[in-house]
Amino acid sequence: MTDRAALMPRRRELQPDPYVPDYKTSVTRSPALPLLSMESTPSEETGPRFGHSLLGPLDNDLIRNFSEGKALAIGERIRVHGRVLDETGRPVPQTLVEIWQANAGGRYRHIKDTYFAPLDPNFGGCGRTITDDDGRYEFMTIRPGAYPWPNRANDWRPMHIHFSVFGHAFGQRLITQMYFQGDPLIDLCPIAATIRDRSQLYRLVAPLDMQQSRGMDYLAYRFDIVLRGRRQTMFENKPEGM
Amino acid sequence: MVQPLEALVETPSQTAGPYVHIGCIPSFAGLDGVYPEDLGKSPISEGAKGEIISITGAILDGTGWALRDAMIESWQADAAGISPGDDGADPKVTGFCRFATDKDSGDFTLRTVKPGPVRGRNGQVFAPHISLWIVARGINIGLNTRIYFDDEDNSADPLLARIEQRPRVDTLIAKTTGAGSYRFDIRLQGKGETVFLDL
Ligand SMILES: [Fe+2]
Repeated sequence: MTDRAALMPRRRELQPDPYVPDYKTSVTRSPALPLLSMESTPSEETGPRFGHSLLGPLDNDLIRNFSEGKALAIGERIRVHGRVLDETGRPVPQTLVEIWQANAGGRYRHIKDTYFAPLDPNFGGCGRTITDDDGRYEFMTIRPGAYPWPNRANDWRPMHIHFSVFGHAFGQRLITQMYFQGDPLIDLCPIAATIRDRSQLYRLVAPLDMQQSRGMDYLAYRFDIVLRGRRQTMFENKPEGM
Repeated sequence: MVQPLEALVETPSQTAGPYVHIGCIPSFAGLDGVYPEDLGKSPISEGAKGEIISITGAILDGTGWALRDAMIESWQADAAGISPGDDGADPKVTGFCRFATDKDSGDFTLRTVKPGPVRGRNGQVFAPHISLWIVARGINIGLNTRIYFDDEDNSADPLLARIEQRPRVDTLIAKTTGAGSYRFDIRLQGKGETVFLDL
């Protein structure tokens, strides 16, 4: 039996706007009517759990996992690490973290990506891991390239890694993107700008972490993720009849 | 001044983008061999108790065009209304499924067991439903909604009861199309817009 306390309501004003004309695809894909808000129910307070048996030994190493360890992907070697916490500040242990990204040239291994930067035969672009008891995770990968995308005539995505995190409840489900410290394209990106509050956006910008870097090997970037928390009270959540 | 409230705030969402399949369902995206199989291929395994059902639908944008690049996750209780992982839950029901809209037709199909009614706090009982979370290019924060069923008694469901404009309740109800099969279309915007949830 997992914790069944109600989830804290989402702070929608600190989340991206659904409708942002500069991000053209959002114009027809954003609900126009208000969301129906109410307290979470068991369907949001529970969620799928995944165990370590899911993972292969190279799942969190994007430099090697596509070639099954036989060859290395091209690009700047980086280590991305951090913690998954909830809004109460507690670590979220044993939760699945998945990432995907473009290769060093800014090209995805996807049928819909027609950018002429070449594919890297040794780079697939996906990885996954499960947080430890302190909510920690880490990946080895290469720094993805910036890439142009069809929106306005000259829009470029800043370098980014897509993150998907489960938490322990379906209502905590989150997909976001990690950006890199110092990338001038962040401030020009209409997708980044869907988050109106700049201080919120900058929470997605991972700092260079020299302490966790390794000489002659890789640079480290630190990226912490916060999921929705649960209301904590002793006045509720007792099973019926107790 | 007062004591500071020490609380963190949820990390902001960003769109899953057009290549979400690479990260979440890589085999579907043609990246075979990275993982043995895609996560959440089926919410049930052989021998799951209850009625096997299949739900087909499309996700339509504000112009009525079906999204070809969306990914959906579903989460549900077992046939007895018990959440997977809880005491007494059917071990053949993981309750979690990931599926994409077809790149040509735009249709998705979910094959699962029909869930039972779910008990909530304070004696609340929710009619059988499947929770959905929809992500895609152009969707900046994942959209939550629910599938209810037209052959169940939904009259006392506490969530459906909260919908003021009664005709909109219909947007959350899958329609029977045959024995064990249903249609459930999702309209992101405009006429017949689906009720999306914040809970
Ligand atoms: Fe991307």
